[in-house]
Amino acid sequence: MALRIQQPGLMTTVQDEGRSDGYRVGMPPAGAMDKFAYRIANGLVGNPDGLAVLEATYLGPQVEFTEDTVFAVTGADMPATLNGEPLDAWASHTARAGDVLAFGFLKSGARAYVAVAGGIDVKPVLGSRSTYTLCGMGGFEGRPLVAGDLLSVGSGVDGTPGRRMDRDLVPAVSGAVELRVVVGLASYRVEPDSLAAFFETDWSVTPDANRVGYRYRGGSVEWVPRTQPRGAGSDPANVVDIGYPVGSIQIPGGSEPIALLNDAVTGGGYATIGTIISADLSVVGQSKTGDVTRFVPVSLEGALAARRDAAVRLERARASFSS
Amino acid sequence: MSDDLSVQAPFPGVFYRKPDPESPEFVQVGDDVQADTVVGLIEVMKMFQEITAGVAGKIVSFEVENEGAVSAGQVLLVVR
Repeated sequence: MALRIQQPGLMTTVQDEGRSDGYRVGMPPAGAMDKFAYRIANGLVGNPDGLAVLEATYLGPQVEFTEDTVFAVTGADMPATLNGEPLDAWASHTARAGDVLAFGFLKSGARAYVAVAGGIDVKPVLGSRSTYTLCGMGGFEGRPLVAGDLLSVGSGVDGTPGRRMDRDLVPAVSGAVELRVVVGLASYRVEPDSLAAFFETDWSVTPDANRVGYRYRGGSVEWVPRTQPRGAGSDPANVVDIGYPVGSIQIPGGSEPIALLNDAVTGGGYATIGTIISADLSVVGQSKTGDVTRFVPVSLEGALAARRDAAVRLERARASFSS
Repeated sequence: MSDDLSVQAPFPGVFYRKPDPESPEFVQVGDDVQADTVVGLIEVMKMFQEITAGVAGKIVSFEVENEGAVSAGQVLLVVR
């Protein structure tokens, strides 16, 4: 069983949960940008957790199934069709050998996920099948898919066609995004009034927004005057090198904040003024160029509570599967 | 008017009518285009993607200016 890529879409990669062990030595996790949609896609087709899927950004691929199988589409509202017939998202379906999955124009969100019973069977690298394009590793030949690629699908999962998630549990996606942020570690570098203003600004997602990071435009920050420390760069946004959590926000030059995401560098010399909480990273993954974003400060306790809520939401979504 | 066909942006980004700042526009109002004629570029995720007309006809109007921000599905130009 395999998937034949007839058209790759704009940026379609193989992704899974990501590689979790390498962060401390500088290896970014990669992995699905919207973990909720990714996990539900696997669950709908009857895959065990952690198998690899396709992640398609902005423009869906056209994919031929070489054998009968079961698949599901979740994530962004990018109307899917099988042989031209409309197909429900957030549900699993049977495909026959030769059937072609295609997508219409994006209506909302940014990334669609395609899971196939058995998962995309590429060789795991450092414990993950996720593609990390900047280093050309993992996934399918370490790169986004191109027309003509033939992706092997794993065996051993029969698949569960006709399974659907409760529609009421599909995450609401709009062009107005709120992202909760734990302030710090280097927020002391920003003038307090300016830091407050940062959280009152409507930031818009620039075209510079991908798996590495999202760049925003809409305001600027004032830095606290200081003497350049030994080991830090000359930009007032520079500090002596620190680790960058996934979701951390830095503002090189003082304008255009950048949120670092799954494929980003793991440390460096820019002040991180806050970190988007893990529970909201899926929301970032479904935000797109032109969307308006507000950053909302939250306590660490609030972030942990949100993480528990997200786990409950995932379990409730899985429990809602019906056929 | 019913013969008008719109060419839409397949994804969000910045629309460019020229291959680079020094070159002329890919196409002008009044030009005849085929389905595979490149009518512009959209830049997103640090990539430039060629946009083809997708339909054949004569360009009636551009609905987005050069370097204008576009959303997915937005009408870029009209062909008749």
